[in-house]
Amino acid sequence: MLEIKNLAVSYGAINALHGISLSVKAGSIVTLIGSNGAGKSTTLRAISGLVKPQSGEILYAGQNLAGLPAHQIVRLGLSQVPEGRMVFANLTVHENLMMGAYLQHDKAVIRRELELVFHTFPRLKEREQQIAGTLSGGEQQMLAIGRALMSRPKFLMLDEPSLGIAPLLVKTIFEKIVEINRTHGITILLVEQNANLALEISQFGYVLETGKIILSDHSAALRQNPQVKSAYLGG
Amino acid sequence: MTEVFQQLINGLALGAIYGLIALGYTMVYGVLRFINFAHGDVFMLGAFAGYYFAPLVNRFLPAQSYFGGALVLVLAMVVCALIGMLIEFLAYRPLRNRPKLTVLITAIGVSLFIEYTCQHAAVFGAAPRKFPDLIPATTWHIGGLVIASSQVIVLVTTLILLIALRFIVQKTKVGTAMRAVSFNEQAAVLMGVNINRIISFTFGLGSALAAAGGILYAMNYSSIEPLMGVQTGLKAFVAAVVGGIGNLPGAALGGLILGIVETFAGGIPGLSNYRDGIAFAILILILLFRPSGLLGKPQVEKV
Ligand SMILES: Nc1ncnc2c1ncn2[C@@H]1O[C@H](COP(=O)(O)OP(=O)(O)OP(=O)(O)O)[C@@H](O)[C@H]1O
Ligand SMILES: [Mg+2]
Repeated sequence: MLEIKNLAVSYGAINALHGISLSVKAGSIVTLIGSNGAGKSTTLRAISGLVKPQSGEILYAGQNLAGLPAHQIVRLGLSQVPEGRMVFANLTVHENLMMGAYLQHDKAVIRRELELVFHTFPRLKEREQQIAGTLSGGEQQMLAIGRALMSRPKFLMLDEPSLGIAPLLVKTIFEKIVEINRTHGITILLVEQNANLALEISQFGYVLETGKIILSDHSAALRQNPQVKSAYLGG
Repeated sequence: MTEVFQQLINGLALGAIYGLIALGYTMVYGVLRFINFAHGDVFMLGAFAGYYFAPLVNRFLPAQSYFGGALVLVLAMVVCALIGMLIEFLAYRPLRNRPKLTVLITAIGVSLFIEYTCQHAAVFGAAPRKFPDLIPATTWHIGGLVIASSQVIVLVTTLILLIALRFIVQKTKVGTAMRAVSFNEQAAVLMGVNINRIISFTFGLGSALAAAGGILYAMNYSSIEPLMGVQTGLKAFVAAVVGGIGNLPGAALGGLILGIVETFAGGIPGLSNYRDGIAFAILILILLFRPSGLLGKPQVEKV
């Protein structure tokens, strides 16, 4: 569904990605793990069109996304839950979700999607009229995911959904990610530092280190890999 | 006591105009984080648009009628909305990813360009012109108060525009997008928002309000000239800062306060020449106690 070939991205003089290649099969959950500054967010930003690749291709359903404006990429069915959630803190929960459906004009479709999001995250329904900035961190993460779902994506990218959230809630959120993948049939690219959980729910994984992919394998195999074990799974 | 009420009415009418202009400064600041110094000139262009539209409108609507006046107002607002969008497109958009200082200086350049082009004899010329009477010139005497129809029109028009603006910003899709962009542009892009369109719309909206301010100002002070936007624009900018830059109700409130303070200061015998000085001193005092403005939230620098 998504295929990245030799993607290189730099911020001025800093090379963040040195020609990485990866692919995500339709219907799967693929994870991209790596430590701070490895280039995980940069990869997602490049797919979403927030940074322009220096070279390489990002093929989505056969079309090269590199160079398309970000708002057109959303239209193609790719959606991202950015690092740090980035909910619109000045807007209500409802307004945030409506922003997610920004490109959707059919009111009936929006209503149906809203029901689905509320079904997945009942907490959001209870808080519908609350200002998003006053939600707890976990609730904000649910809102960020719900907002991304409102655009009815076929391909969903999540950037460190576990960041700064209580372990118990992290588990719930990961269950929801699996649920979204299974019941909505949405393909998922999951960026995580919490390699344990990420490898548990994904089918395939890539390990990124200072802008290069150093390992790629089935998640089950990566979990047994000594290198991954010592560097990312805490021994 | 009558005197105080009289000044209050005069001050409210003036302050409403400042408020209308201040809204444009604050809206543009909200989405782009810079001060569009050419905004005061759009206010001036609004007044001139009214000057030129009035005779055209009077060909099929009677002169000095409320309908005719309303039509002139709407036409001037539309023209200035287009001008504002054009300024953004030509002058600011190419600098979108440049340092804010570059854009700020460009804005000053745009402002000077408009002012001096308009002073050229082939455009408007530098001499002041008498603004035509758009509405029936009536004055009402209530108690000891003297209220001009133009003052009532200022307040009524401003009220209508503020309600319309509030509706657009709070209830419509484009308004929600404006607020989203102003909070986090990147996140808005990820929702599929075309930032350029929202910025364009913001400039259009702000410029239309400035045009309305220009017409209302011209109706009350009856003379217009190409540099009329300099001082009024500066005051409206200060009003926006006093209200809390980026905050819409703040801009309206700041405008009203400035108008009232200025009018009262002007009414103090012997001090009327220091009117602006007194007004600004009070505003500086307000900012000393509330550095982010009356309704502004303290800025937390994000790391
Ligand atoms: N806007 C930017 N300007 C300059 N350098 C940047 C910018 N954004 C990221 N970088 C650099 O690019 C590299 C990759 O950053 P990136 O955000 O992709 O890492 P990451 O893997 O997501 O890290 P983390 O887990 O901490 O979020 C880092 O060295 C970072 O300093
Ligand atoms: Mg990151």
